[in-house]
Amino acid sequence: MLRLEEVTVVRGSTRVLDRVSFTVAKGEIAALVGANGAGKTTTLMTLSGLLRPRSGRAFLDLPGNPLEIGRSAPDALVAAGLVHCPEGRQIFAKLTIEENLRLGAYLKRDRVAVGRLMEEVFTLFPILGERFKQSAGGLSGGEQMMLAIGRALMAEPKVLLLDEPSLGLAPMMTERIFDTLVALNRERGVTQLIVEQNAMMALEIAHNGHVMAGGRVVESGGGRELLEKSSVLEAYLGVAT
Amino acid sequence: MSDYLIQQIVNGLTLGSLYALVAVGFSLIYGVIRLVNFAHGDLMMIGAFLTLGLVAGGYAPWAAIPILVMLGGFAAGGAIERLAFRSIRDAPMITGFIVTLSVSVALQNLGLLILGGQPRNFLFPEIFRSRVALGPAEVALIDIVIPAVALGLALALALFIKKTRLGIAMRALSENMLAAQLMGISANRAVLAAFGLGGALAALAGLFWGGKFGQIDPLMGLVPGLKAFVATIIGGVGSIMGAVVGGYLLGFAEVAFVGFTPPAWSGYRDGFVFVLMILILLVRPQGLFGREEEERA
Repeated sequence: MLRLEEVTVVRGSTRVLDRVSFTVAKGEIAALVGANGAGKTTTLMTLSGLLRPRSGRAFLDLPGNPLEIGRSAPDALVAAGLVHCPEGRQIFAKLTIEENLRLGAYLKRDRVAVGRLMEEVFTLFPILGERFKQSAGGLSGGEQMMLAIGRALMAEPKVLLLDEPSLGLAPMMTERIFDTLVALNRERGVTQLIVEQNAMMALEIAHNGHVMAGGRVVESGGGRELLEKSSVLEAYLGVAT
Repeated sequence: MSDYLIQQIVNGLTLGSLYALVAVGFSLIYGVIRLVNFAHGDLMMIGAFLTLGLVAGGYAPWAAIPILVMLGGFAAGGAIERLAFRSIRDAPMITGFIVTLSVSVALQNLGLLILGGQPRNFLFPEIFRSRVALGPAEVALIDIVIPAVALGLALALALFIKKTRLGIAMRALSENMLAAQLMGISANRAVLAAFGLGGALAALAGLFWGGKFGQIDPLMGLVPGLKAFVATIIGGVGSIMGAVVGGYLLGFAEVAFVGFTPPAWSGYRDGFVFVLMILILLVRPQGLFGREEEERA
């Protein structure tokens, strides 16, 4: 579904991604883990069309319609079902919860469908439904994360890119968010690429994982498999085993 | 109320409306991309000369001219954005500052080159100069038309930003350009729309300016543009309501200064406006309606 072939991204004079290649299959949860500055966020920004690769290519493989990511504008990628839930949630704090959700479905013209999608989000996260006329800045960190995920779901993603969904959340809230992500994958078949500092947690729910360091993918494998490789954890993730 | 007082109030209302029409565009553009557009006032000049050209050439019936002028302003505002400002959108603020200043000077000099420096008499249907009784006073019809249209359009713009899909997209861009793009909002289109709408309102202000004061010239946008900028700052940059209130406050203050001080002082009206701005900013640095906000890098 997602395919990166030797993607290199340069910012200023730094090569922030260096020939990154990996694929994410349809219906898969993939985890992208690694230390700070390894290039994880840059990978996601490239995949959502915000950064252009200097060389190499990335594709969104839809049935009968492979879309080259480096040649597509961000809005075309969203329309195709590639939705990015950015680091730090980035909700629109001055706007209401309802407006935030409607913006998630910005490219959808069908009002009835948008209403139905919003009901689905409210079923998933009832707190958003209770407070939908309030400004989003008043929500707690965990609720803002729910809003960020809900907003991403409004676009009916086929592939969801999640950047640090656990950032700044209490352990219980983190668990709730991860349970939701697993459920979205199982019940709706949403393919996911999750970037996480909390590597253990991400690798536990992921089918496959990719470890990044210094702008490269240094190790790939099954989620469980990587978890059991103490060399990987120690060397790249700073986890004591 | 005396005849003189009513006349002064009407003058304040008219002048304030003109400032407000220009100021809301300033505020809209700044709100969406944090660009202080010094070329914005020159769209008044474009609107005024477009009007004069259309009237003198007899190309359109009068009723259609304001609409054509607004369309022309929309196109001019959009074209300036596309040609001059789009490529520097991600540049530091100071770059945008210099470029808008350059565009302003370029437009003025282009005007001088094509139109010459001599002020021209504005052509306006006589009906707008007809006197209307307002209590004990008589005022020109245009003095009633200008505030009514300006307030109506400012209200429409505020509703547009509050309610419509494009308006919400503009607010989203204003708050977080990156996240807005991740929603599938095309920044280019929304920014173009902001410049177009601002340009349409400024061009209409140019038409009104000519109608009210009777003469236009290629540099006519400079001082009103600066004052509308002052109005925006007084109201709080980025707030539409603030720009409207700032515009009227400035219009009334200026008229009061000229109308109620010794005649010899009236030459200092522009200085007074800037002193007023400084005083207000000393008390409220973010303007009357602005929110304290960190500057976006």
